[in-house]
Amino acid sequence: MDAERITEKLNILADAAKYDVSCASSGSKRKNENKGLGNASNGICHSYTEDGRCVSLLKILLTNHCIYDCAYCISRKSNDIKRAGFTVQEVVDLTINFYRRNYIEGLFLSSGIFKDADHTMERLVRVAKKLRTEHNFNGYIHLKSIPGASDELMREAGLYADRLSINLEMPTETGLKLLAPDKNRQDMIQPMGFLKHEIIQNNEEKKLFKKAPIFAPAGQSTQMIVGATAENDKEVLTSANYFYKNFNLKRVYYSSYVPVLSDKRLPGLNTAVPMIRENRLFQADWLMRFYGFKVNEIVNDQNPILDLDIDPKLSWALRNQQVFPIDINKADLQLILRVPGIGVQSAQKIVSARQFRKLSWDNLKALGVALNRAKYFITCNSNIFEKRDLTGTAIKQFILAESQSKYLKKIQPQLSLF
Amino acid sequence: MTTIIYDGTFEGLLTVVFEIYERKLQQVRLHKDEWRNGALFEEVLTIVTDQPKVRRVLNGLKERLSPDGLKRLYITHLAEMQDSDNTLLGYIRHVFDSEINIEEDYGNKYVLRLSELTKMIGRERHRMEAFIRFQKLSDGTFYAAIEPNFNVLPLLIKHFRDRYADQKWLIYDLKRKYGIYYDLDKVEYIEMEFSADVGNNKLPSIYFEDEQLYQHLWKNYFNSVNIPSRKNMKLHLRHIPKRYWKHLTEKI
Repeated sequence: MDAERITEKLNILADAAKYDVSCASSGSKRKNENKGLGNASNGICHSYTEDGRCVSLLKILLTNHCIYDCAYCISRKSNDIKRAGFTVQEVVDLTINFYRRNYIEGLFLSSGIFKDADHTMERLVRVAKKLRTEHNFNGYIHLKSIPGASDELMREAGLYADRLSINLEMPTETGLKLLAPDKNRQDMIQPMGFLKHEIIQNNEEKKLFKKAPIFAPAGQSTQMIVGATAENDKEVLTSANYFYKNFNLKRVYYSSYVPVLSDKRLPGLNTAVPMIRENRLFQADWLMRFYGFKVNEIVNDQNPILDLDIDPKLSWALRNQQVFPIDINKADLQLILRVPGIGVQSAQKIVSARQFRKLSWDNLKALGVALNRAKYFITCNSNIFEKRDLTGTAIKQFILAESQSKYLKKIQPQLSLF
Repeated sequence: MTTIIYDGTFEGLLTVVFEIYERKLQQVRLHKDEWRNGALFEEVLTIVTDQPKVRRVLNGLKERLSPDGLKRLYITHLAEMQDSDNTLLGYIRHVFDSEINIEEDYGNKYVLRLSELTKMIGRERHRMEAFIRFQKLSDGTFYAAIEPNFNVLPLLIKHFRDRYADQKWLIYDLKRKYGIYYDLDKVEYIEMEFSADVGNNKLPSIYFEDEQLYQHLWKNYFNSVNIPSRKNMKLHLRHIPKRYWKHLTEKI
């Protein structure tokens, strides 16, 4: 292997892949068989970059040559950058050698589209196939599905990959048309629908035959870029909810647009990355998946934009004060989960612990409840509780005054870019 | 207050539990072997580990705890954390003083403290699974040095045996001076005398020929995936505290 050339390729093709925020390596159940190499079960972040993101997989493009000219993408055809491409064997060698040293959980392989969709997809599948069949590699493999790839290739991809994902890129079809005129949403939805069907069918087969091969055990995910087009949070979350419900997606990732290109359709080059907004969208997404919130409870026509200064759960609680206060020693788990300052783990601990004794403020604090927020919404085994009839605005001010938000200094309104 | 001197083993701890009930002791304080600092008016009791007593206490615990609950006690003891045996003693007394299984009684301070200790051990174990960096030696063995805060090496065996079944590997705890070695068949505990520090890059001849290349590629990769406009060192340090850096290829 020519060390210098391979280093250069790796730098170019890792750099081009890093704007994909997905890094999950969990949710698979691939075991190490016949004393092979690796397994994939619980995700592990093996390192963290200086921007605080997890490094779990070797995340690279097979090539950054691309026939498309999407405005937001650094690899777009009209962008004057260095181009490179790996051979199948080079990707396999890198993956195996990184994995053996415990640097990574596996491979996340994406690609610019060369020639056409099927040619590109075929090459991605070949890497995965070689790893699985020739190297007995059982680590995690995440393949990007190429929009417009044929059903046969997608089926083969599912046999070797743990997770498949196809990026919707923009939250709405209008946004996509504006920035990626060569792509069409139907080409993205088609493989997604096909895979959903295959995964369901595979689960049925698994019930009947234990030995049925596993098919994309970690399911499908997607990514949307926020802040490049004018969609508001309601449109973003409604779109995410649609894909969770209709395509059984495991995850929707929200990626703040990082201005890397100058284009009159996009925010200017020195625009700040909307990181707080991205964070609030992640929090809202968590509320939908783990806290039993419906999308229209978080955003709706009256509240189409998430608050930047407080988290979406607190926003909801302030808008719905008629629900509170709740008695922590009696309320259902589902209701406790809705209290600001109480996470999934503390909620479960509360429900377990209250069987033994009535819980007091001290108990709640010891269990990890953030009382500075929760105290306005609950009562417990104590005569002390919030007796004033505070308005939502007052509670918000009290909470903000007591907490030191890491974001407060940087807050900017959402639509100032346009 | 009675001060109890015991040998610091798990069996020793269980013998102490037996004696506390046998002698109807109330407030006690545990001390391992070396303790010599006798205050004048304190009662001091030396307890010698006794297998029949250990078995009786162990059987009692098995009746009152889930298998996982019992395992948590052993793992916590094994981790050699500061003062963890006093927490374990309080916990075990709470187990025997209660009619029902108390594993989820987080309102009790010992139950809560044990859940915190278990969480700390779990986090350290998980970090080792993430941050161990193997270096391929010239004989093909993959070697990693670690210095975890707690004694978690025994908890790593299953993970690494399941994962790296087709390569020989050795993980060595430099602080506690022992390691685990997998020879393609089974995992064994080993102790070594280091003439030179092999965790150090000073001796390239002991490495496999492509080791430097892959370390170089990994460092390059690590730098390439960073997005400078999103830099957030506070978050970075929270995820990888500095004490882990000296064994992380990408941070050396």
